[in-house]
Amino acid sequence: MELLKPSKAGTYESNDIYIMLFPGYEENTIELESIVYETFGSQIKKVILDTLKEFGVEHTLVKAIDKGALDVTIRARLITAIKRGVNNG
Amino acid sequence: MANIRRSMLFIPGNNSGMLISSDVFDADSIIFDLEDSVALDEKDSARILVKEVLKTIHFKSEIIVRVNPFDTPYYALDVEEIKQSNIDLILLPKATVESVIDLSKRLEGTEIGIMVLIETAMGVEQVYNILDASNRCYGLMLGGEDLCVDLNCKRTKLGQELFYARGRVVNAAHALNKFVIDTPFTDIYDESGLEKDTLFAKSLGFDGKASINPRQIVSINQVFNPTIDEINHAKRIIEAKDRALKEGKGVFSLDGKMVDLPIIKRAEKIIEMASKIGLIKGVLL
Repeated sequence: MELLKPSKAGTYESNDIYIMLFPGYEENTIELESIVYETFGSQIKKVILDTLKEFGVEHTLVKAIDKGALDVTIRARLITAIKRGVNNG
Repeated sequence: MANIRRSMLFIPGNNSGMLISSDVFDADSIIFDLEDSVALDEKDSARILVKEVLKTIHFKSEIIVRVNPFDTPYYALDVEEIKQSNIDLILLPKATVESVIDLSKRLEGTEIGIMVLIETAMGVEQVYNILDASNRCYGLMLGGEDLCVDLNCKRTKLGQELFYARGRVVNAAHALNKFVIDTPFTDIYDESGLEKDTLFAKSLGFDGKASINPRQIVSINQVFNPTIDEINHAKRIIEAKDRALKEGKGVFSLDGKMVDLPIIKRAEKIIEMASKIGLIKGVLL
């Protein structure tokens, strides 16, 4: 899937994550802020990278502000942002 | 599928924290909501979040998803995505005969049942036909808030404005042997009001009550639980029935009153429910 435009999904509420996607980067890059960065930062990045790969998304900057989201929420919000970014409507 | 539905708790479909923790509140059924609690520009987000949560987390409660109404552009997308998930029922808002038939067709090949939300004046008048429109339709919920908008009347705590609708939907549901759930009591800080409203619903024949807040679940469950007196009386009826069977008696009396089939059935229902919710143990009927 090719991202056609910047997109975003999620909230700043507890147990959630706010994700913004920006196309046009050389490779997939993650900028992550998290209240649990030291403990779970690498796991959050892994979920993001795995999901991007699953949907064939490349050349994208992912900015994520995490408020303690579980993997399932991270994945859901990223899928939403990807679908919004590929929709040209 | 659960057949005890004392309480049904609505959880906003786009609220990650509540979705994930929704099983801890002891509601018999959880309703993940894609309709009223989700903003129009977040419908896609809620749909994806609910689907991912259902794929990942195993819930002990019965799982219901409220989709958007049949006449909205979100309905078909909701059903298409959600029917792939492991859920028990879809709650269909503003149900009509036409929408039940449509949903039933879309659910072919799945085990998912339909629960209809009766929340319009026409829905109340047509409730029997709506419930009877599909074998997949197992029960209904009354939606008092929207109904009062349609009736052009004020929704009050006393609920006199819903008296006709409550009686009508209870009668239709029991006539068709389907379950019937009462509308939520929306003042989450009025505990005695909730108890009165729930007791009234139970007295009319409702099987359970919907809730919009986890703090209401304990009260609702308690009201719909059989009381100790009811359980003890039901046990005595079953024992008397067993004695009568051994003695070859077709009819029998208990405490000077004749016991017939409806009373026995009611007693069995009370014992079954008490057993299932852990009020008595080791009962075999």
